[in-house]
Amino acid sequence: MNTLLGVVIPYWGQSLLRVLGGLVAVLLPAGTIVYVFLFKMMSFMQSRLGPMEAGPYGSLQLVAEVGKWLQKEDIQPTNADKPVFKMAPIIVLMSTFLLVVVVPFGPDAWFTNLETGIFYALAVSSISVLGILMAGWSSANKYSLLGGLRAAGQLIAYELPMVLAVMGVVIQAGTMNLQQIVVAQNAGSIFGINTFGNPYVITQFVGFIVFMIAIQAELTQAPFDMPIAESELVSGYMTEYSGFRFLIFFIGEFATAGVFAMIASTLFLGGWGVPFSWFGWTSMDSVSNWMNIVGPLIVFTKMMVLTFFIMWVRFTYPRFREDQLQRFAWKVLIPVSLVNIMLTAVLKVMF
Amino acid sequence: MTILNDPVSAKLGSRQQLSYIASQAADARLNVELETEGMTLNIGPQHPATHGTLRIIARLDGEQVVWAEPSCGYMHRGYEKLTEVRTFPQVTSLINRIDWLGSFANEVPFILAAEKLMNVEAPPRAQWIRTILFELSRIANVSLFLGDLGVQMGAITPVFLAFRDREYVLNLIESATGGRFHPNFDRIGGLKDDLPAGWIDETKVVMKKLRNFCDEIETLLFGNEIFQSRTRGIGVIPRDVALQYGLSGANLRASGVDWDLRRDQTIPLAYDKVDFKVWTHPDGDSFARCWVRLQETREATKIVDQLLDGIPSGPVMAKVPKIIKVPEGEAWVSTENPLGEMGYYVVSRGDLGPFRVKIRSASFNNISITPWLLRGVYVPDIITILASLYFILGDIDR
Repeated sequence: MNTLLGVVIPYWGQSLLRVLGGLVAVLLPAGTIVYVFLFKMMSFMQSRLGPMEAGPYGSLQLVAEVGKWLQKEDIQPTNADKPVFKMAPIIVLMSTFLLVVVVPFGPDAWFTNLETGIFYALAVSSISVLGILMAGWSSANKYSLLGGLRAAGQLIAYELPMVLAVMGVVIQAGTMNLQQIVVAQNAGSIFGINTFGNPYVITQFVGFIVFMIAIQAELTQAPFDMPIAESELVSGYMTEYSGFRFLIFFIGEFATAGVFAMIASTLFLGGWGVPFSWFGWTSMDSVSNWMNIVGPLIVFTKMMVLTFFIMWVRFTYPRFREDQLQRFAWKVLIPVSLVNIMLTAVLKVMF
Repeated sequence: MTILNDPVSAKLGSRQQLSYIASQAADARLNVELETEGMTLNIGPQHPATHGTLRIIARLDGEQVVWAEPSCGYMHRGYEKLTEVRTFPQVTSLINRIDWLGSFANEVPFILAAEKLMNVEAPPRAQWIRTILFELSRIANVSLFLGDLGVQMGAITPVFLAFRDREYVLNLIESATGGRFHPNFDRIGGLKDDLPAGWIDETKVVMKKLRNFCDEIETLLFGNEIFQSRTRGIGVIPRDVALQYGLSGANLRASGVDWDLRRDQTIPLAYDKVDFKVWTHPDGDSFARCWVRLQETREATKIVDQLLDGIPSGPVMAKVPKIIKVPEGEAWVSTENPLGEMGYYVVSRGDLGPFRVKIRSASFNNISITPWLLRGVYVPDIITILASLYFILGDIDR
């Protein structure tokens, strides 16, 4: 990334490009998900039209909503722990930005190419728990406190199956580097057929399902939306937030959905790549440069497909109770993913 | 300051004394047995799950309810007193607002009580139309319950389906009576008007749609494993407890008591002309209550279909004087309303208006069981249990 169109870019320029790219990579999926799924798809599933007035088919509704939120009064409860209260939404959003850093978008289009990329991603994804706990505690509201505590319990419980589901992929690819995982999937072959590459969704199907369930819980989307639970906890840890701070929570929720879907597509669906056999590429070095443009689009498409499933479940299912949710994580997901790891390891040694 | 009189600390220098006091204080803190303090959670009066202004005071230990009590009266409108300063025909516009989702059903028992005092009976056609509208308001009411049930448990789709299909029923009620929510259509001695042309065919189409809606809800919600795990075995009301607390309607039938005022009493409505099943469930849990209501909605559409086929011709109004004076006497009439048994005890002194009216509304008795029922459940279950008990605030605070 030292040169762009033949021009040498100084270090500050590169940093600026990365920051701008990061903003686009977080906010663009968030906006698209909110409009396409939350506004439109949900409406069609519920036999109504959704927003139709702002712009063609209500496509500018999001702009109107953001404008509305920015105008709202920033209310802080009198008894709130003010600094913590202000910091909480920023920490939640920060975890999203830290998460997108390791997602590869093309052979050269990445923010950082960490050798322990997936390890890093799993680590920073749990920073949002801190933000949520802070929000729940500092709001000086009993509902918020209950929501925050529920969130902490839930996110920690579902971190484990998530890590264990990823383990299968890491064993199969032999690397923690997300870029290498993408290459391993697209350059590989299944039973000697290399037309489709080797997307791990086929060999790691159990891991994929466990991972999707775990990110559903990490994102606190229904059926795991206990921490938010509008009908009982009145939006839980977000109860006392209004205006711009609420907007940050809102963006954080959907941006994280997008980023987690990107990571899932990188791990299981082959990420930015197309099967290398289509164009006669053999390794990372022989990949054409145009993949840097097409790659992000492929990632985006795969992200939309995965988010569709996340949202579909969200709009359909009722929510679990807190103890049922814990039981599901510890008694179903973790044993299943442990068996998956064991089988993967045995098969990896055998073949 | 006993610690300053401590023989050990008296021998120490001032600097050591301070650190000694500090260490003693730390020990004292540690030695206090770890006690968790309960939290009092006010659910309501402003809360999305209470359908209005019901307040539940719950004392929690963690997420578990130690003690809970409903506190009602935030929306008390004094209808029993207000009826005393109104004439008999005027009262119906008031009592429409008791259970606002099934308004027409509120008018019927009062009008029947007044007719009983006056010794008037509505002509058969009026009785049949009354019964049809009664069942339509039951469908409008309970279909919204079925949708709302999902939203209380976090499934947001069913409530929109419910609003969509309830709209058809409300349109029917509007085209027949002129009012969507508050028809004020029932008169002493009959009805205000006859049915509009084409209403019967339209109603049959809508009843088919409502049966589809019931199937839709059954597959979307009742067949869902999460829904079942949230409701089965939660909030169990045994048969004798249900009877002791005076529950009625679907809440009682879900506890296995086969009791339905539509079938079990003779009132001048057309229920004896139709053939319908009274659904009961032996379990008495939240699921049973929801399931009984679902079956009742289906059954109500069938009742309407049967009534539409055999509707007799004739006038819709009996001969009553222009100025209605109800003779002296007392009458009690109760009917099986969407929420349960609703009755009016009307005392007349021969005036234009009632001397005293006692309203027995179903929700008030139905929520009286909550202190018994909510003890020991988890916070999310409060919401499910309240949703499955199905109350309407106007029906609690009259």
